[in-house]
Amino acid sequence: MIFARLLSAESWKRGLWSFVRLALIVGLSFVILYPILQKISTAIKDKSDLYSPIVVWIPANYTLDNFKQAISIMDYWHTLLNTFVLSSSTTILTAASCALAGYGFARLKFRGSGLLFGGVILTIMVPPTTILIPIYLNLKDFTLMGIIPLLTGKSLNLLNTYWPFILTSITANSLKAGLYIFIFRQFFRGIPKEVEEAAYMDGAGVGQTFLRIMLPNAVPAIVTVTLFSFVWQWNDSFFTTTYLTSSKVMSTQLGSLPYNLSIFLSGGENSKADPFYMSMVQDTGILLAILPLIILYLFVQRYFVESIERTGLVG
Amino acid sequence: MKSILKLGMKQRTYAEQKSLWGFLFVLPWLLGFIFFFIIPFISSFRYSLSAIEASSEGMKIDFVGFSNYTEALTVNTSFNRILTESILNMVVNVPLIVIFSLFLAVLLNQKFFGRAIARSIFFLPVILASGVIMTLESSSLIQAVNDQNAGSGILSGLGSYELASMMMNAGVSETITDYLTGAVDRIYQVVSQSGVQILIFLAGIQSISPQLYEASKMEGATGYEAFWKITFPMVSPLILVNMIYTIIDSFARNDMTELIRETGFTTFNFGLSSAMAWLYFVAIMIILLVSSYLVSKRVFYQE
Repeated sequence: MIFARLLSAESWKRGLWSFVRLALIVGLSFVILYPILQKISTAIKDKSDLYSPIVVWIPANYTLDNFKQAISIMDYWHTLLNTFVLSSSTTILTAASCALAGYGFARLKFRGSGLLFGGVILTIMVPPTTILIPIYLNLKDFTLMGIIPLLTGKSLNLLNTYWPFILTSITANSLKAGLYIFIFRQFFRGIPKEVEEAAYMDGAGVGQTFLRIMLPNAVPAIVTVTLFSFVWQWNDSFFTTTYLTSSKVMSTQLGSLPYNLSIFLSGGENSKADPFYMSMVQDTGILLAILPLIILYLFVQRYFVESIERTGLVG
Repeated sequence: MKSILKLGMKQRTYAEQKSLWGFLFVLPWLLGFIFFFIIPFISSFRYSLSAIEASSEGMKIDFVGFSNYTEALTVNTSFNRILTESILNMVVNVPLIVIFSLFLAVLLNQKFFGRAIARSIFFLPVILASGVIMTLESSSLIQAVNDQNAGSGILSGLGSYELASMMMNAGVSETITDYLTGAVDRIYQVVSQSGVQILIFLAGIQSISPQLYEASKMEGATGYEAFWKITFPMVSPLILVNMIYTIIDSFARNDMTELIRETGFTTFNFGLSSAMAWLYFVAIMIILLVSSYLVSKRVFYQE
């Protein structure tokens, strides 16, 4: 009898907790999804619905005009292609170079490698703003320690090209690369040493071991790093606005969207355009910019959520 | 090329081979580290100590001592304010984000209906809340108006007023009340910045061996006790990691960054800008060191 009562109290407690949990999760999910839902609802609204007091979420008149407007102002397809090329090339190069460095730091110890890993930590800690100006000046007159002027007679200006991104990602020093090296190192440290030794016994060299044995095992870490690096490069406005001043990439286009929009709508004079309408088109622009990312996420998220648990991000 | 390498390799022991390859593997990073980090890092320090004039013939760098630093600290109108503001923000937000993400990670680790969906929603901010989108979002007019309209509704209706009066009546001190109600008001900001941290905690929780929980259950521990006696000590190293990550992550969306950039690229005062950047860097270093010292004393390591 007492046992049964205890049991019911226990199950009652559990039921209460799962209710609280449900409420919390649904509420917080709503908080996260709210801006996206808001943007979708704004993007398909007609201009006339904007001032209608009846319309809150579901518009009375559907229209795709906002999309057309935003696409033409942002030069969307061109920008999309540019951004995609830039992000995917830096992602592939960064992932490759960081995997190499991570494996080197994790398993192939040489004299001074501990000290160099301290350097990796330092690159994570130092805010990118601190080294921005020297890098900028360096890229403006790129000499590679005086080699290029010797060959061509003058230094190269690498700004406004993709070279800064390519160079930094080949050398694993691009946006947040220190973090990726850290992830790879932690992951490779988690793979048992015996695997490597067995490969060596069977006659594989170090490079072969890395390519044939370690990399196929490191898929979770690779997925994580690839996704992070792709997304952060896509959204990055810090390096992009510094290195690329006139090229059309998503984040710069988005950043200048309000300005371009006001020129487009009011023929150059500010403050004439309807601010609400401008904001509406701007929201549509943001939606268009993150749409590829959301689609990408839908495909990889399952894999991503599962894989993060095995990345060994955890010491 | 390859055959030469192979020939040279024959005489080496396994350990020597490994260290050679290790150096080769790290080499690309090392080159980048030297050219895109150490040299700029040092020259940034040099710039901060000099007056720089950029002209058509190139740059003229004159050593001026610490005058850029004094200018940043005493003459510049906004530097001090922005520096204290951004540091204060950091100090306020970091514990909030860490605690919140630990809580959510524990929640998302439990078994319930729709867990996969919930997880993918909670990691969505990793993708969305970064860079330019965040900045534009805060300036969206429609959003602001709609939030106003929704003010009487769900979003902020439950908000801080009731909570504040409730807590004051319960005798909680005013600072804590302000802090917590502020957290409720900024819930979107907090949620959107804790995506990666949730991931890290979740991974950590999943690596705890289930035997520990089984044993504690046998001994009659409640879920609450199991959290404080098992989960919390086991993930405590990750609290340090997450704290550092949160501090670093805040560099990207920061008024300080904006100010440094503006001084550098719109007024072309490279010296002053570098000095500001160094002051900021030193401030952050101090915060990192102090907080890691405080936290690492309490961290539990298995070894």
